[in-house]
Amino acid sequence: MGNKPAILAEGLEKQYGKTRALAGLDLSAEEGSVLAVLGPNGAGKTTAVRILTTLLRPDAGRAEVAGFDVVRDADALRARIGLAGQYAAVDENLTGYENLEMFGRLYHLSGATARRRANELLERFDLTDASRRVVKTYSGGMRRRLDLAASLIIAPPVLFLDEPTTGLDIRARLAMWEVISGLTASGTTVLLTTQYLEEADQLAHQIAVVDMGRVIARGTSDELKARVGGERIELTVARGGSLDAAVEALRSYSSGNIQVNSANRHLIVPVTQGAQILTSIVRDLDAAQVPLDDLALRRPTLDDVFLALTGRTATSGELSADEETPAARPVARSSAR
Amino acid sequence: MITSDIRPVEIVKPQARPRIYWTLMDALVLAKRNLLQIPRIPDELIFSTIQPIMFVLLFRYVFGGAIAVQGTSYVNYLMAGIFAQTVIFGATSTGIGLANDLQRGLVDRFRSLPMAKSAVLTGRTISDLARNTFVVIVMWTVGLLVGFRPEGTVIAWLAAGGILLLTSFAFSWISAMIGISARTVEAAQSAGFIWLFPLTFASSVFVPTQSMPAWLRVFADHQPVSLIANAVRGLLLNQPDASTILQAIAWCVGILVVFVPLAVWQYGRRTAR
Repeated sequence: MGNKPAILAEGLEKQYGKTRALAGLDLSAEEGSVLAVLGPNGAGKTTAVRILTTLLRPDAGRAEVAGFDVVRDADALRARIGLAGQYAAVDENLTGYENLEMFGRLYHLSGATARRRANELLERFDLTDASRRVVKTYSGGMRRRLDLAASLIIAPPVLFLDEPTTGLDIRARLAMWEVISGLTASGTTVLLTTQYLEEADQLAHQIAVVDMGRVIARGTSDELKARVGGERIELTVARGGSLDAAVEALRSYSSGNIQVNSANRHLIVPVTQGAQILTSIVRDLDAAQVPLDDLALRRPTLDDVFLALTGRTATSGELSADEETPAARPVARSSAR
Repeated sequence: MITSDIRPVEIVKPQARPRIYWTLMDALVLAKRNLLQIPRIPDELIFSTIQPIMFVLLFRYVFGGAIAVQGTSYVNYLMAGIFAQTVIFGATSTGIGLANDLQRGLVDRFRSLPMAKSAVLTGRTISDLARNTFVVIVMWTVGLLVGFRPEGTVIAWLAAGGILLLTSFAFSWISAMIGISARTVEAAQSAGFIWLFPLTFASSVFVPTQSMPAWLRVFADHQPVSLIANAVRGLLLNQPDASTILQAIAWCVGILVVFVPLAVWQYGRRTAR
């Protein structure tokens, strides 16, 4: 990785009426790295992406992407970035192939190059079979893949993904993660916004946590988790079981202090590699004759990060019932702004 | 299995051409996109064709008998008006299409590309011009079937066609302005139509203005829709009137001079949020 930041934002501010969307946002991403901008709805993530992709002018502050100023060199910059978003911005009434060909032409490729590149991308994104079908007939995951393919037509050095998996089911989300993590292998710098800590954890080298239009914490996933507390196993000992025996059996697995709440017979055990040790924990508790009412492995969520950083929980807001939320389960709802 | 090495096999490099070339090419790429959509959402084209056919049948067979025109048959009088009304109503699809693009987030992608900004608007107005041309040809055929018999030369008829296309293009830009300003597609739809009713009915499209009260007649005789209908009528019935034709063209050019920059400005304002 080079030393020159591919994305650099300093003191970005943006006001909509009385709402302050950005209040002095600083970001930076090294060339070839993945930067995750993590935050709840309304934190200013999308506004930041819109400024960095020249769609919006900041009220104050400055930003450079791939060495180009987002306001002064906006025209030149547009030929070097790709943008894919949470609202798959492809034409529903065109086929997958027609969409990519059209976007290729609008990137000012020759007709032949645009057609060749369209076929190439359709193949790489496993859309060849559907390439002659209108996008209206595509599944949510297929649309996102086409949207992402469209943002990659010119193999841009810097790519922006605004909540690339919001609203996708788990399978489509995992497929998307696979695609995104492959991008860095080609040396692309990626900025992705997300509401899911797990997503940032999986994909990003650096994470910037934003709240109310500014960055409130930054670091690697491990650094953030260290501040939040990592994985933990939470269990409830059934009536009649001994809490002391449980603590004794769990001591060797714990990576910190075991919290015991004797009133509701609840134990919280900080662990590392929780999934691997879960079965032996069950076996050991069974051997120690500790009956359980409940046992769960919990990973820190965006809410935990927020709780640790701000003392309040983030709302996961507009999550509808049909949305899968593997990591960020809202603990409590409060206003994000 | 998705392979996510996205590097192109061969180098993908934009072509270097002058800006004016791209302004036109980008508009044509988007016009092609809009035209590709037409057969996929056929109801829209069908309705915009059936509507003027209904007007032809209604006025030809229901009201026509009660309307007296001088020097020609009512169906000959009517068809020129129908052509004008058809292209003006047809131009409303420009605003609806733009409102749709704005609502679906497609415009954000367009704006993140190194393409000409104006292409979203010019592309749409160009494709609507092509679409309106098709509808006028259908209406010409329908007219012939119900007894429309144009007089004079083919050159004059083509000139009438030219005025209609200019009208279509000019009103598309008014419609574009409405579509960009509307908050929803539904609003764009009703706002695009509502002002056209007084303009087409208080005009010489369906009836001669002589029977209107004096105050209304002043309006009806000088508003663009009447002048366009009269100019086209003269050319189709071998009674071309230079002054009317010039006034009709002047109205269209005037509309373009005002609404093209206004729509482009409003597009920039609406999308830069």
